[in-house]
Parts: sequence; structure tokens; C-alpha cells
Amino acid sequence: MVHNDKDEVTGINTTGHEWDGIRELDNPLPRWWLWIFYACIAFAIGYWILMPAWPGLHGYTHGLLAKSDRAQVAVELKALRAQRGAEGASLVNASLEQIEADPKLQAYALAAGASVFGDNCATCHGAGGGGGKGYPNLRDDVWLWGGTPEDIEHTLRVGIRSGHPNARMSQMPAFGRDQIVTPDQVNDLTEYVVALSHRKANAAAVARAAPVFQAQCSVCHGPAGLGNQAVGAPNLTDRDWLYGSDRASIHSQIWNARGGVMPTWEKRFDTATIKALAVYVHANASGK
Amino acid sequence: MWKHHQKLERHSLLLVIGILVVVAIGGLVEISPLFYLESTIEKVDGIRPYTPLELEGRDIYVREGCYLCHSQMIRPLRDEVERYGHYSLAAESMYDHPFQWGSKRTGPDLARVGGKYSDGWHIDHLTNPRAVVPESVMPPYAFLAKKELDYRDIADKLRAQRAVRVPYTNAMIANAAKDLEAQADEFSSDGTALKQRYGPKVNQRDFDGNPDQISEMDALIAYLQMLGTTVDFSTYKADAGENLR
Repeated sequence: MVHNDKDEVTGINTTGHEWDGIRELDNPLPRWWLWIFYACIAFAIGYWILMPAWPGLHGYTHGLLAKSDRAQVAVELKALRAQRGAEGASLVNASLEQIEADPKLQAYALAAGASVFGDNCATCHGAGGGGGKGYPNLRDDVWLWGGTPEDIEHTLRVGIRSGHPNARMSQMPAFGRDQIVTPDQVNDLTEYVVALSHRKANAAAVARAAPVFQAQCSVCHGPAGLGNQAVGAPNLTDRDWLYGSDRASIHSQIWNARGGVMPTWEKRFDTATIKALAVYVHANASGK
Repeated sequence: MWKHHQKLERHSLLLVIGILVVVAIGGLVEISPLFYLESTIEKVDGIRPYTPLELEGRDIYVREGCYLCHSQMIRPLRDEVERYGHYSLAAESMYDHPFQWGSKRTGPDLARVGGKYSDGWHIDHLTNPRAVVPESVMPPYAFLAKKELDYRDIADKLRAQRAVRVPYTNAMIANAAKDLEAQADEFSSDGTALKQRYGPKVNQRDFDGNPDQISEMDALIAYLQMLGTTVDFSTYKADAGENLR
């Protein structure tokens, strides 16, 4: 590609290409560019030697540094646990009462619990635990399955109707849909439940429903409708309603009998995390 | 040698062939080892092909473009493992054709969403995402609950998956529609056969809360509820040399 075709003005050889009388100068590559190019080649060779690079027939070259992202993340997680220090480790062995009694441990558990709650529990129970229709409010002192720290920890571990072998289980019968009582009796029972929660109701319907309630509902909800936390039966006399307090919602619940599912968290979280969450939820709910 | 370069540059067909050869070398070195290297995919317990209902759900996931906003790839980075759980393994997408790793997270990663929320939550959330997550920008998919699942070609779908080496057996293909119906009904007597074919951990229940029809919601939730749940991590040695990458 050497042409003895010197450009008269610059004194530099041209490439010999010519278009419409315009000729291209054959300048050498800029030196800074050329050296970076060579440096890149040298870097690539160094990279092949140090890092995992080339595939072979049965594996690949691991490189002198034998770098592994998976090994690296294991190291970082270990460092994270070390950084969490003594508090993180002692959560595992301390009882929930001990955690709540020790201000330092409690502060740690509350911070850890709040962080895990925000990422995992708030999705259903709402940011801050305010709940929603079908998702219990965790900020009040009304509990379906018990509100002691131990109860909360157990619920977190096994879940509710979660498929876990020890899950908290209860199933309200669908009194209307499965024709356990007549449609008229469902209407009467709705009035009865409205009356139970200290609201105005049709007195005749309430009187008609009283024996039905005692026969069908009192087994779980108690003769006075106060509920039973052992079987997750809600108290019907308070102002806390999971599926709505109006007559249509109550009627629908007696008819169809919904029951929510809370997943089991035992496999997802370690013991320290579950305990931190239990302490957090307990503290968040006025500690009752 | 340098003189021949001119020939190559001035002949368009030769240049095209030359480019093809150079690019093919790159492709051969990067892609072909994945076909024969056995160490690419970790040996783990528990990975199974999708059940027919999950496969239909996966098709809906692809059809609705869920992968545009949700990844299914927990990278081996500290914060991702802390938030989502164990980093994703190659084995977990070995039966994905095509894989759903995604490349962008407008919503969270879904690689281990299985079992994290209740079916009821998924129904509420797919129907109206903002009912449960006020700050969500996800579009609603309420129509899935009303739309009956069309699974007339489910056996063919399994056959197509088998053509790309997903190990569906003849019995799985012959019973595809029956298995699909059984999985959406926790009282179905065919559930035992389904679990014999796909393993005891298969979720068998009415996912969408409506026992009267098998809807697209059923299929999608069945798929979501199994994501990331199949690997038995108690027998997986994450720090063994052959599992490090």
C-alpha cells in the first residue's frame, strides 16, 4: 500500500484514492490512540491469565485470581452478619421477654424488624401495619390468633392456612352457600351480629336468630360472640371488622365465609429475623 | 500479507465473508461451550418441568409482557440476596424456553415470589395493584379472573417443550389436560396422579377463589406461587468448587 504519490502542499503521501479530484492523505494513526490500542491488547492478555476467561472441553480457565461472584457474596454476607454484631447473634438465644426488657437488644430488634416488615409484610398489612379489607390491622390491640410476643412469633413461623403442617387453621363454614342454614336465617343472623356490635338492629330478626346463633356460631365465636383466639374466631362485639362492618359485608361473610391466608415465613427468614419481627409487631401494636 | 488486505477491502463479497468468519469465531467461543459443558448447570435436587397449569400461567406471563418490568434473576450481590433470598441458579431456568430473566426492574424481582404472598393477595393485587400497594405503577389485570383459560392445545404445548428437551414423559403429555384441571381443584381425585408425575410439592388448589371455572388468573397465580420454590437448598452445597462461578 505504499504509493509514491506525495501531496504537494503538506508533503505527506496520499493513499492513492481519488474522488472528484480530492485525494486522501495517508497520515499515520495518532500516537495516543495507537498506544491505548496496544494497552488494551496487553490488558486483555493479563485478564485472560488472571480472571475466568476461556472455555475448554470440560470446564473453563479459572484464572490465577480464581474470582467467583458466588464466593464473594458469601464473604460479604458473613461480613454483614459480623457487622450486625453481638445483638444479631444474641437475638437467636434470648427469649422475646428478654429482648423487650433489654433496651439495647430491643432497639436493635425494632430497627431490624421495621426493615424486614417494610419489605415483606407491608405488602399486605400496609406500610406501618394499618391493614385493609381482608388484611388484619396490626396497630391495634385486636388479635385473631393472640397478641403476645410468643403468639405473634408462632403465627410468623407457621402462617395461617398456609399449607405448613402446623399452620394455624380454622375454616368458618359457608352457612349460606352450603345451605347449612336457610337464606332467611342468614338475613336474621346478619341482624343479630349487627346487634352484637351494639348497633341498632331489627329486634324481631334478632330474636329469631338467637337460637340459630347459639346452635351454629357460638361453638367458635362464644355464646356472647366474644370470639376465641385459640381457633382464630374474631370477637363480634367490637368495632374491628376484617371484611367490613356494614350489613352487606356481614351477610356476605356468613354466606361465603372467607378466610385469609398468611404465608409461613419459617423458611424465608432465620430465627433472629423472625424474633425481631415479632418484637417489632408487638411494639407497633401498643404492646398488648 | 499486508498486500492481500487490499484485495479483501476492495471486494465486497470477500469482505462480507471475512466479517462472517471473524464474528463466527466469537460466537463459537462464547456460545458453543454452553451446549456441551456439563458444569454450566448446577446439579440440584427438586427441579422439575412446569405442570400444565403453571405452563399456561407462564404463557400468560409472557403474553402480558410481565418480563418488561419484572426480572427473574437474583444476582449474587449482597443487597439482592438480603432482600430476595438465595441468588438464582442456572438450574432454576433450565426448563425455561425462553427464560424470563428480564433486564429491567420497574417492579420487584419475582424469582422467589412463590409462597411469599397468599393467593388472595395475588388476586387483589392483579385486580387492582393500588388496592394493596398504594405507590404501585403496575397496570391492573382484572380481566384475567373473568377470562376462561383456553387449554385445548396444552398437550401440544408440552410436546413443543419436549422438542427443546424439557423431560416431559408420555404420561405427562397424555394426561396434560387432566393434570391441569386437577391442579386447579384441591378436591380433585386426580391430584394424586398429578403429584406422582410432578412431585409432592405441587400446589393443588383453587388459586383464583372461583371454583366454577379455570380462569387465566388461576394459571398465572399457580405459576407465580411456584417460582423459586422447587430447589431443595438443604442438599445444595453453595460453596462447593463446582458450584462457584
